[in-house]
Amino acid sequence: MLWDNGRTSVAGGPERSSSGPSPALLDVRALTKRFPVRGTAHEVHAVDDVTFTIAPGESVGLVGESGCGKSTLVKLIARLLDPTDGRIYFDGKDLGAIPAERFARAPARARIQMVFQDPADSLNPRFTAFDAIADPIRRLGDEPRGTLRRRVEEIAELIGLPYALLGRYPHQLSGGQQQRVGIGRAVALRPSLLILDEPTSALDVSVQAVILHLLADLRERLGMAYLFVSHDLNVVRMVTGRVLVMYLGKVVETGPADAIFDRPAHPYTRALVSAVPVLDARRRRERVRLSGEPRSPIDPSPSTCRFFGRCPDGFEHCEREMPVLRPITPDHLAACFLGGDAPRG
Amino acid sequence: MNPPLLSVEDLSVEFRTREGVVQALDRVGFTVAKGETVGIVGESGSGKSVTALAIMGILHPAARVTAGRAVFGGLDLLAASERQRQEYRGRELSMIFQNPRTALNPIRTVGRQISDVLLRHANAPRAKVKTRAVELLARVQIPDAERRFDAYPFELSGGMCQRVMIALAIACAPALIIADEPTTGLDVTTQAGILDLLDELRTTTRTATILITHDLGLAAERCDRIVVMHAGHVVESASARALFSAPRHPYTARLIASTPRPGVKLAELTPITGAVPDLRGDLTPCRYRTRCERAADICDEPPLPRAEVATDHMVACRSPL
Repeated sequence: MLWDNGRTSVAGGPERSSSGPSPALLDVRALTKRFPVRGTAHEVHAVDDVTFTIAPGESVGLVGESGCGKSTLVKLIARLLDPTDGRIYFDGKDLGAIPAERFARAPARARIQMVFQDPADSLNPRFTAFDAIADPIRRLGDEPRGTLRRRVEEIAELIGLPYALLGRYPHQLSGGQQQRVGIGRAVALRPSLLILDEPTSALDVSVQAVILHLLADLRERLGMAYLFVSHDLNVVRMVTGRVLVMYLGKVVETGPADAIFDRPAHPYTRALVSAVPVLDARRRRERVRLSGEPRSPIDPSPSTCRFFGRCPDGFEHCEREMPVLRPITPDHLAACFLGGDAPRG
Repeated sequence: MNPPLLSVEDLSVEFRTREGVVQALDRVGFTVAKGETVGIVGESGSGKSVTALAIMGILHPAARVTAGRAVFGGLDLLAASERQRQEYRGRELSMIFQNPRTALNPIRTVGRQISDVLLRHANAPRAKVKTRAVELLARVQIPDAERRFDAYPFELSGGMCQRVMIALAIACAPALIIADEPTTGLDVTTQAGILDLLDELRTTTRTATILITHDLGLAAERCDRIVVMHAGHVVESASARALFSAPRHPYTARLIASTPRPGVKLAELTPITGAVPDLRGDLTPCRYRTRCERAADICDEPPLPRAEVATDHMVACRSPL
């Protein structure tokens, strides 16, 4: 197997191998992805030196605005893209060393699965619900042909899809049923990590509630870990224990979900959290308004905070040094010189 | 009390489809006062957008207004000729669509598109049009407006395109803007900026707004009054404060209970049972009946009541909460 190859896993040099794999399910270290800008020597720094872990069974939220690198990070972890630099350890094995084009057939593919935003777009329109769920089992599983139907029915039961609907095509299913199929095909191989990319943002609130309950139930029953990407912060707070906040390729804050939402330390997180519409008037907080335009992700200065220029609290030093993640409390980190003590408003 | 700016009364719309006639709207009614922001909320398929399109007079050809009036500035928009409506649209009444990238013309610069509106509706002298258009771009807080005048929609971010849409909508200082999901798909920070802009227009020019959204939090924060729609009916309408603190229609209550919000755990989040009913064929007087936990035999007796349970608080239910 590829990841047992000692040479690839220590390719980063001896100092890398000494820091070795950890008991985390997913251990992402200094992960970096740059895209060349066509026809120039410039590069877009999509994901820049991102480090975090996900424990088995943990639910981690990933938030940030469009263009912050969330999707690139997800594609790197799902091994649809090759990193420029850094390590992705999954169960102690260096997945980052497997080229993306070979990963589709690697056994680890079965253990990292994805649920996409719009089930109407992400399901094959020519596949019935049965085929959509059976496809990953046929490709990567070891189910003998005779018991495939039984297995698919088990999954249908798990995701609350009536057997009668297994013969239907995506367009014959409601949005909620489509997303159940999307989840069904993702959990068919009993993955240890499920990446959920805006799994409910195409759904009505009434259906969203059903799907969120289903996901919580599946996580408990199958012991999966979740990486939950969403820009609905109210949902993220409800379904994750820990949150990563990204801004222009960097993780700028991470910590327990309640701490992030109740006591955000980074000025960007404060702006983000304060912009979330809140139903209950008593729970509304004063808005932190952002001015100016985001910095360009093309060849950004390595010694300037990415948020500088848009930050309500920025000062001269932010232009001369890149802040790194520092603990506010032992498990709550923020990449800001003001370390959570910034003046409010 | 002054007459409202817009008064929609008993608006009914049907769609003829191969599978039968869809009764998309049934006796929809609400009012919008000058300078007021009215939110229309409900699930997909509840008729929010059809209501907007009917008022604007831009319904799909398969749709037919079967009854009702939409009186705006003394004119019934639904009975008006196409020519009269054209005079209102753009000048007095304008619309912001959900997806600015598809609503803007992709092969015309944003500056030209704004100029088109000014030339057609504001009788602006040709020589001054560009200056006015740049002013509008600056007004919607597009940085470097002079240069952006020559930008095509694809060169701008989604948030910037939505600002261009707003610039188009406010070009002639309309009395009413209908914004159909104007921030869906945008980041929360961008969303807040766009809505701040609409709020500011309201305070400076007393523009009234109909804000169509499926986000109850957003409606609660930004609207004075809320109209709740379900399956082509207005089931409840009241001030935002009254509606969200003490909803009277079971559907409104369930809609709130299914919305993720701070202080509520996942276990407390309750889905709404069933789905929006098929609007073809025979329908029960109350279209929420099959989903409703309070439903009783009396609910099958026509007509659906539309009762004022408190001042400016309408509920269409036989057994309100």
